[in-house]
Amino acid sequence: MADKIYSTKLQDAAERNVFVMFVLLLILLSVGGLVEIVPLFYLPQTMEHNKHPEVVWQSNGRPISVENFKVGDSITWKPGDGVRPYTALELAGRDIYQREGCYLCHSQMVRPFRDEKERYGHYSLASESMYDHPFQWGSKRTGPDLARLGGKYSDEWHFQHLMAPRSVVPESVMPNYPWLAEQTVDGAALKRHMEGLRMIGVPYTDADIEAAMQVDGRREVDALIAYLQVLGTMANLKDDVDYRE
Amino acid sequence: MEETKYDFDVIRWFTIMAVVYLVVGTLVGVYIASELAWPFLNFDIPYITFGRLRPVHTNAVIFAFGGCALFATSLYSAQRTGSTSLWSNKLAWFVFWGWNAIIVAAVITLPLGLNQSKEYAELEWPIDLAIAVVWLAWGLNLIMTIAKRKTSHIYVSNWFFMGMFVMITYLHVVNSLAIPVGLFKSYSLFSGVQDAMIQWWWGHNAVGFYLTAGFLGIMYYFVPKQANRPVFSYRLSVLHFWALMFGYVWLGAHHLQYTALPDWTGSLGAAVSLAMIIPSWGGAINGMMTLSGAWDKLRTDYILRFLIMSLAFYAMSTFEGPVMSSKTVNALSHYTDWTVGHVHSGALGWVGMVAAGALYHLVEKLWNTRMYSAKLVNAHFWTATIGTVIYITAMWVSGIMQGLMWRDYDEFGTLTYTFAESVAAMHPYYAMRAIGGALYWLGAIIMLYNVIMTVRQAATQRSTAAAAAA
Repeated sequence: MADKIYSTKLQDAAERNVFVMFVLLLILLSVGGLVEIVPLFYLPQTMEHNKHPEVVWQSNGRPISVENFKVGDSITWKPGDGVRPYTALELAGRDIYQREGCYLCHSQMVRPFRDEKERYGHYSLASESMYDHPFQWGSKRTGPDLARLGGKYSDEWHFQHLMAPRSVVPESVMPNYPWLAEQTVDGAALKRHMEGLRMIGVPYTDADIEAAMQVDGRREVDALIAYLQVLGTMANLKDDVDYRE
Repeated sequence: MEETKYDFDVIRWFTIMAVVYLVVGTLVGVYIASELAWPFLNFDIPYITFGRLRPVHTNAVIFAFGGCALFATSLYSAQRTGSTSLWSNKLAWFVFWGWNAIIVAAVITLPLGLNQSKEYAELEWPIDLAIAVVWLAWGLNLIMTIAKRKTSHIYVSNWFFMGMFVMITYLHVVNSLAIPVGLFKSYSLFSGVQDAMIQWWWGHNAVGFYLTAGFLGIMYYFVPKQANRPVFSYRLSVLHFWALMFGYVWLGAHHLQYTALPDWTGSLGAAVSLAMIIPSWGGAINGMMTLSGAWDKLRTDYILRFLIMSLAFYAMSTFEGPVMSSKTVNALSHYTDWTVGHVHSGALGWVGMVAAGALYHLVEKLWNTRMYSAKLVNAHFWTATIGTVIYITAMWVSGIMQGLMWRDYDEFGTLTYTFAESVAAMHPYYAMRAIGGALYWLGAIIMLYNVIMTVRQAATQRSTAAAAAA
């Protein structure tokens, strides 16, 4: 019989009226996401620098001024001073990292295990990727983790490795990237990228963004190497500090 | 005439395109799998490197193949179970052309390196906007078609399609929020840990709602139809539907265990993941038991074989998933090929096979004929099954081996293997995976040939019948 109820009244109503089912789904399907995502934006223990402020660099309005450093300038940031936004050249490198899909084979997230500590270095903190739009933690290690790559190899090694990975690591399955030595960085586009990032909260100064024009015409490979060389070197993390309770 | 009552033309085209995209998407998959085994295949050409083609593969199989299969089956199921035509045939055609235009845009932009670098959500912001419009058009048409049905109750397959519609809308909108900084360049509105959680809330639920709930909708319509039996248990379908809808949303966090995501979130995701085995198996049992008393049909009905084999793979990978989300196993399996194998036991075994069964069923109904060759359906079934088994076995071995090699210590307390040694050890399994994938692709080719011949055969039959009538 069409009016017989085979289940509960609510279930029957949902099965008879598509809009009742629609509204029930709207409510039910929002719960999991709200519970798991929203607290991450306001719980202070999510970001380690709330308890350990030294992890993040306090610019106080000073430009980053790493690449465009001229004799006589005051050095504003040096490695270990804490997490800072990427410089123009590093961001150009990061754009290339995204474009080539590097994150599909390389993670940037060291887990707190003994073997990972020995292989890669100190475990990654949430605060270390606070300026990463989008995050590049990755999900697969077809190649090794890159979260602490900076400073481990020379710029020359990286150049050789990017041009022909198997010439330095015979077992590698990474593609060659010869075009990175031929293509150059577009300073005007890079400037727009930095302005966009500033709009969504990355604390770039006008001087930082102006530096984009000075990067114009640099080889892409140099930008990518600048990015790879800064990975994991910004904050000086100590072994005897428990950053995560 | 039944033909005049329903809007089937658009469904026919979605059906054909689903088969075409199955061939294309799996071909790209085979190619990138081969690149990992034999890296010279990257040929120093930027557009075909692994990093740029991998999103082409995932987008082609999930959104091109999966999308066309879901649109075909959902708009068919909504019409048939409601004994009504579509709310708007025009809107369905808009979805068809819009979705295909999006696929063309994806095939052009992704090899150019234009991507948001969020897995399974790589497409840049203008395409994301187009996806939202087309998706809402499909959802509106689905809901309004269900609303104008002539039956009293909404059939269970349509609940699942609706659940998919609501959740994918949430996910796509939130995960794609970005600041455009160029025509095809944008940065995620979120950063770091929040972006990671939002991405995997999307990532796992693209699997959970698009590839699971949506394809369970397919299962609930096509298994009973092909078997010509009612669904095993109505009560089970109600319980597992609501449990699946509520529970799946929480699982994304299990992709981020031991990362910089707070421990409470990852553990919560893992706990709900363990519990999810119950609603998942509810669906598998309901589908399989629909055959109780009619198991002999499997001997003769090759289409039914696809549907039932898909449920076996579904049951297996929804057991494997909770196991992998437990913290102990995850510490080993995360970042390895095991994850890739798990995804493919679901994608090749469950999604690919249930869709193949449903598409064969659709071809017979929509063109009002039998398949051109039952033997070729059977050949497709075996190539797909064997290909899937080879693929996932290779990835189990390589994944577990990677995990063990990375954490292995020698008698002096130092790491036994360099990373490069673990890469070298993967070679035979990467080759084996490419072979498994190639077999699966061969099955897809057989299907395409069989479908084309069936459509031609139907045209001949119609003209013969017309000639006889005249």
